Amino acid sequence: MFGKSSRTGRALQYLALTGYLIFLGFPLVWLVSTAFKPPRELVQLHPTLVPANPTAQNFVQAFTEQELGRAALNSLQVSLASAVLTVLVALPASYALARFRSKLGTAALGWVLLSQLFPFVLLIIPIFLVLRQVGLANTHAGLVLIYVVWALPFALWMLQGFVRNIPRELEEAASVDGATRVQVLRRVVFPLLAPGVVATALFSFISAWNEFFFALVLIKTPELATLPVALARFVGIEGTARLGPLAAGSLLATLPSLIFFAFMQRRLSSGSLAGAVKG
Amino acid sequence: MFRSRFRRLAAAAAVAVVGLGALTACGDGGDDGAASGPVKLRFLSLAWQKESLQANKDLVAKWNAEHPDIQVEYVQGDWNSVHDQLLTSFEGGDAPDIVHYEASAIGEFSKQGYLADLADLISGDLKGQIDQGIWDTVTYDGKVTGVPFLLESQVVIANKKLLDAAGIAVPPADGGWTWDEFQANAQKLTKPGQYGVAWALKSPTNRVLNLALNYDGKFFYTDGGRTEVRIGDAEKEVPKRIHDMIYTTKSASPEALGMSGADSLPGFFGGKYAMLPGSVSLRQQMVEQAPAGFEWVTLPPLKGLSATHAANPQTLSISEDSAHKKQAAQFLEFFLNPTNMATLAKGDWLIPTGKRANEELVTLTGGKQGWDVAADSAADLTVAPFQMADGYPEWKTKYATPALQQYFANKITLDQLGTQLVDGGKQVLR
Repeated sequence: MFGKSSRTGRALQYLALTGYLIFLGFPLVWLVSTAFKPPRELVQLHPTLVPANPTAQNFVQAFTEQELGRAALNSLQVSLASAVLTVLVALPASYALARFRSKLGTAALGWVLLSQLFPFVLLIIPIFLVLRQVGLANTHAGLVLIYVVWALPFALWMLQGFVRNIPRELEEAASVDGATRVQVLRRVVFPLLAPGVVATALFSFISAWNEFFFALVLIKTPELATLPVALARFVGIEGTARLGPLAAGSLLATLPSLIFFAFMQRRLSSGSLAGAVKG
Repeated sequence: MFRSRFRRLAAAAAVAVVGLGALTACGDGGDDGAASGPVKLRFLSLAWQKESLQANKDLVAKWNAEHPDIQVEYVQGDWNSVHDQLLTSFEGGDAPDIVHYEASAIGEFSKQGYLADLADLISGDLKGQIDQGIWDTVTYDGKVTGVPFLLESQVVIANKKLLDAAGIAVPPADGGWTWDEFQANAQKLTKPGQYGVAWALKSPTNRVLNLALNYDGKFFYTDGGRTEVRIGDAEKEVPKRIHDMIYTTKSASPEALGMSGADSLPGFFGGKYAMLPGSVSLRQQMVEQAPAGFEWVTLPPLKGLSATHAANPQTLSISEDSAHKKQAAQFLEFFLNPTNMATLAKGDWLIPTGKRANEELVTLTGGKQGWDVAADSAADLTVAPFQMADGYPEWKTKYATPALQQYFANKITLDQLGTQLVDGGKQVLR
């Protein structure tokens, strides 16, 4: 069925793809390997991918010394709440920005972008003072608030692009069929925005899950610490680190993102609009 | 299908809103200065090694059990972000009561008035335990704003079997090699596939400025209230000797230049490098990570005109804003009594600043695993001018580190290095 050159081309494509996958996957594989190595194998002159004497001791140390389980639960709560709230706020706002074009809307988008120029080191002290005034310093709610505000500009930009890709004709057709404005949004626009919503939620979740500095500065009580803050405690002075427990903890930190992405990535495909408007 | 998606979205939203309500309850949300009940102190500690962490937690637990009216909350920070964390906390008025850091870094906070003067808060006994030279490292504008408690000296860790094979005797704990002897021995230890030394100089500035004191190289000079960087023969001596070992005698590995101390361990354990100049705390990695049967030995600090090098002790300070300075000082007296200081030093493989603690530690360890050398090296430590200079961190990052890296990579000459360091000083020091 395929010619010789076509088969060779396909083989090369697979070869390239395999090479790329190895390139992408190698750090994760090395992380897994390191997490199971005893201390002496971490400083071998010729390191091996497969540990000679695999051990779970690094996981035991990581969990007993830093209470990573609780930190992971804290991170999960904060990240999920941030992701959902970001989507909730960004969804209507991005629709308004995309559909109701005005000078004010353009200025608003510009302002949203401008707000991204401020380095957060500059903002952290005022933010801390404000949160303290309203009783949200040292709470997960305060952290979620910051993460939502921080993720919103990018989420708005991303979602409004998805809204623009939905043909207006679909909304008009629904209106002609007698749907109210709310019904049009509920039954036509929001379902078609699913890939955008998933992408936004993923972005917000991963941003919050990985965020370190705000969590470090705003959370004082050890029991409320998030995972990145707990992991940083395995790193010492001038680049030294307790590699084994750090790798074990980092592996744990990576898994939820991978699982979340694995579940959500199907939704990222934007094929649901294919053929929606013809004529 | 669309309706079902919308319902799921709405359900998720509801969960998030309810969840946020619950999250608000996660946290104290305000000050913990209750009108009644025990005094609560927050202690930000930077201990991170397993033994050290346990020692810190055990001591805090012991204090809390013995002092129900003064309860200490142990909060673990990390060295890489502690500066930003403290700066924000101080500015925001929510700093920990007790702060663990290091002498060269607390100067900035001391000058801004964030740290309490401890002169009248701590006992004469604690003051008397620590040499004045070490107290000088934490004295800013006449105020003592930290208790120095752990010291890090620069020693040499060597592969004992390679020393024996080359016929090189291990010097006694109180009689280290001169630089000339060290360089000659490095040459003896060099052969195909093996370097005498690995200078791990990923962050070269502190190391070079510390060791430069061997030849009285001060780098920072203050006259009439004005500080400037000067580079003379004294300052050039140590960088020149290291450079010679890499490029002239080829007894030091050029590939180690970009490494940290920990990065050079595989090569050291693999017999590629015979000696590792480094911190006294490197001994911990030897104990934990050296292959079975690997024999290592700790050699005393090198001597130039003297063995003097810079002390940058770890410190414990009390926040100026703390409402409970006296109680915090009581905790420090307990935490740093000779026995406890020895325990903390052992956990971190560092040298206690207290004389009695140092003696206790040598007795406790029998002087093995390099503790005899570590104890003796305490006498060689002193305050270096760079530690007291405003602008040193900026000079180090922007000018000194890049210039030293270029010099050790053989891309600029020693004179060009001097020029760059002096010019950097002019930019930074005012």
